[in-house]
Amino acid sequence: MSAFNAIGDDREIDRDEYTPGLEPQPTWCPGCGDFGVLKALKQALPEVGRTPDETLVCTGIGCSGKLNSYLDTYGFHTIHGRSLPVARAAKLANPGVEVIAAGGDGDGYGIGGNHFMHTARENHDMTYIVFNNEIFGLTKGQTSPTSPKGHKSKTQPSGSAKSPIRPLSLSLTSGASYVARTAAVNPNQAKEIIAEAIEHDGFAHIDFLTQCPTWNKDAKQYVPYVDIQDSDDYDHDVTDRREAAEMMHETEDLLYEGTVLTGRYYVDEDRPSYQEEKQAIGEMPEEPLAERYFDDSYEWERSADLLERHK
Amino acid sequence: MTDNELIWRIAGGSGDGIDSTSQNFAKALMRSGLNVFTHRHYPSRIRGGHTYVEIRAAEDEVKSRGDGYNCLLALGDSFARNPQENAYYGNEETKPLTENLDELREGGIIVYDAGLLDAEEEIPDFQERVEENDWHVFDIDLRGMAKEHGREVMRNTAGVGVTAALLDMDLEHIEDLMEDAMGGDILEQNLQILQDAYDHVKDEYEFEHDLRVPTGDHEEEQVLLSGSNAIAYGALDEGCRFISGYPMTPWTDVFTIMSQNLPKFGGISEQVEDEIAAAALAVGASHAGVKSMSGSSGGGFALMSEPLGLAEMTETPIVLVEAMRAGPSTGMPTKPEQGDLEHVLYSSQGDSNRVVFAPGTVAEAYDQTRMAFKMAYDYQIPAIVIFDQKLSGENTNLDASFFDREPNPDPGSVLTEEEIAEAAHDASGKFHRFQHETDNGVSPRSLPGQKGGRYLATGNEHNPPGHISEDPENRVFQMDRRMQKLESIREELNEEHDSQQTYHGPDDADYGIITWGSQQGAVEEAVDRLNDSGYSVKSVGVSDMMPYPEAEMTEFLESVDEALVVEMNATAQFRGLTQKELGLYGDKMTSLLKYNGNPFEPAEIVQGFQSQIDEGGQDLATGTRIEPAAGD
Repeated sequence: MSAFNAIGDDREIDRDEYTPGLEPQPTWCPGCGDFGVLKALKQALPEVGRTPDETLVCTGIGCSGKLNSYLDTYGFHTIHGRSLPVARAAKLANPGVEVIAAGGDGDGYGIGGNHFMHTARENHDMTYIVFNNEIFGLTKGQTSPTSPKGHKSKTQPSGSAKSPIRPLSLSLTSGASYVARTAAVNPNQAKEIIAEAIEHDGFAHIDFLTQCPTWNKDAKQYVPYVDIQDSDDYDHDVTDRREAAEMMHETEDLLYEGTVLTGRYYVDEDRPSYQEEKQAIGEMPEEPLAERYFDDSYEWERSADLLERHK
Repeated sequence: MTDNELIWRIAGGSGDGIDSTSQNFAKALMRSGLNVFTHRHYPSRIRGGHTYVEIRAAEDEVKSRGDGYNCLLALGDSFARNPQENAYYGNEETKPLTENLDELREGGIIVYDAGLLDAEEEIPDFQERVEENDWHVFDIDLRGMAKEHGREVMRNTAGVGVTAALLDMDLEHIEDLMEDAMGGDILEQNLQILQDAYDHVKDEYEFEHDLRVPTGDHEEEQVLLSGSNAIAYGALDEGCRFISGYPMTPWTDVFTIMSQNLPKFGGISEQVEDEIAAAALAVGASHAGVKSMSGSSGGGFALMSEPLGLAEMTETPIVLVEAMRAGPSTGMPTKPEQGDLEHVLYSSQGDSNRVVFAPGTVAEAYDQTRMAFKMAYDYQIPAIVIFDQKLSGENTNLDASFFDREPNPDPGSVLTEEEIAEAAHDASGKFHRFQHETDNGVSPRSLPGQKGGRYLATGNEHNPPGHISEDPENRVFQMDRRMQKLESIREELNEEHDSQQTYHGPDDADYGIITWGSQQGAVEEAVDRLNDSGYSVKSVGVSDMMPYPEAEMTEFLESVDEALVVEMNATAQFRGLTQKELGLYGDKMTSLLKYNGNPFEPAEIVQGFQSQIDEGGQDLATGTRIEPAAGD
């Protein structure tokens, strides 16, 4: 008998199951874009048939890190920038669990930048949502890796001399097999993209634009936005890497000029996930490793089997 | 200590095949019935430099490298250097040679490659030193012999053939090992070179020396393996099936052995982008239900302090291995030191708790790695196995039956779904993962994917279902519960398991020597020699760093007049820990310290002991230092 009966449970799921009945209530500011991520995720999970017990949401630190506090699933609130290494190992240990990682722009593109690059490179089968509000929120308004050049803050009083990170291009270059941008102000698209990302078999990166009404009042509120899939002006083939790269460059230039483009930029259904690659070279078991500890019939190999070459 | 022992040193440059040749020679000696102990000395470089491996072999038990050596096989042009290399040591061009010859015992044997070097011409005062020390010199064209049947690089095989002949050693075991390791033309050429070299010496030379390979007999089949092997095998037998790491000497040995074996055992090994990720992956895999480990050496372990704290706060079991090398910073990458103890005990913020074991021998490395996993998974606490470059790379023989143990796949304090259903949940259905009320501090966990076990794991302070909480009462409950675990572990180690400390010498001895980790063997050998020469000494090799064995150490220190604390660092870190934990005995303990990159030899400990007990009657060995007791 499995030790993980919640996995693969295909019953109808009530949307309310993802909301904790009691505390805690979100501590986000009124009007915060983070509410949009929470709502979209609560809508997407039942739609793709994932039960709360088979879902693990790993977060970093900051306002975005509190996502799993307000979501009634398994959760791991890790440390600043480290949601990805924790999440991808949990997925390797038990691939049946639906693993979603989330963090902010400082958390994910700054302190966790190295992990972002390598998790995308390896194409782990998981979803990564980055709450991008171009600011450090919870530490009270410092310049972040996505703040525009010239952005003034208490820690950059003369205005930042640095150009912002280009998260979509970085993701594509690093090897992510699903790259999209959506915004809290576009709830229907946000839900659809999250659902698609969860279903995607590989590393799905969503740059999620979340307005910060408290610390980033000067920044655009990501409206009006253009959905590139709905617009005749921005037709491109999402399976074509080069076209996706060009679209990303354009959208990343335009964002700081006030034009917000959202939608799917790149979808590669053919690239095997990291788990599949590991299994193909014989370095990962077919059945979930975590199950083995509960399988009484499994015969555990011993180090004594290795002693021949030491004799 | 034994009078009838061979300490064979093979010297040359990195890349000359020193390591593989010595490994085979050590195995051949083991197969002939002897006990063996190897010691590896190498620079941080890929080719060249001054490298040697010593193999000590005797019928009696061998616990350390011993003092000096009695047979040198020198490859290369100056007994050590690679022929292509100039003046690696700056102005001290003869230093490698001096280092080798300085430690060669009286009456010892020198075999050198006459094809590369004319010792009498090139080595200052060579002939005088040979006569003075009664050394027996064999200048043999090893390179020429190798070229005759194969390639120049096979001169190490010729060297082995020569020393085998000089020591009256049967070639059978060496040939068997060569057959295991190679095939085809390469094997044929090597076997031919070996035999030629052997015959050449037997036919052409008459020996005047007494040194012969000792004889011995093992009752049981033996295996030869290193401390790193033992740690890896302990982890495998304890059900570890996930490892994540980043290469760093000397931790790389454990990581490599695990990576080579885990996939065959159905496990997963991940080489990742940095050590922060490495430890965080171990946390993630363990959170999802797989027994996991990671590790590094000092500099990489520094990066792990964040995920280490996360594991403590979220009560996620992990085992980390810390293979020390000389620091600070990147220090001396290939040289041992015991300088990371305080780093490992106290790194990470807050009042943190962890289990730290420091094995003293290859066998202890196996046992204590298993114990580290058991404590980590039963008590949901990070456990660290700390050892050093010396124990990592040294090989000793053990009975093969030592490893004939049952595996332990028990994931520890994890609930089944039936147990979760009966456990406490909050009103919204979240499982009380972090319960306040427990006997031993352990609050059993659920795993993602189990029905009804949802909770939030967080590095912030949290209440029973895992919600972030700054409630003062909850804070105190949770802190007290987490700290209780260490006390419960201390009790379990005391009551249910044999002591992990290793005692040696007569119980009623007047004096004590205290050590920890890899210096245990050299200390025990020094204790035997001191007792043989009329002193009354016993020793304890301490393995439990946290929780510290308060009762045992109090008893030991109460039973002696004075104690010498032997460790390889400059600041007496273990003595400091002992004084901190016991709050007493500052005036009873003197430290003997060494931190020049080389481990203690037994004679240095004997001298250090005598210089204290005989009140200065004996000078200290070069490279060691006394840190006096309080009040001295």
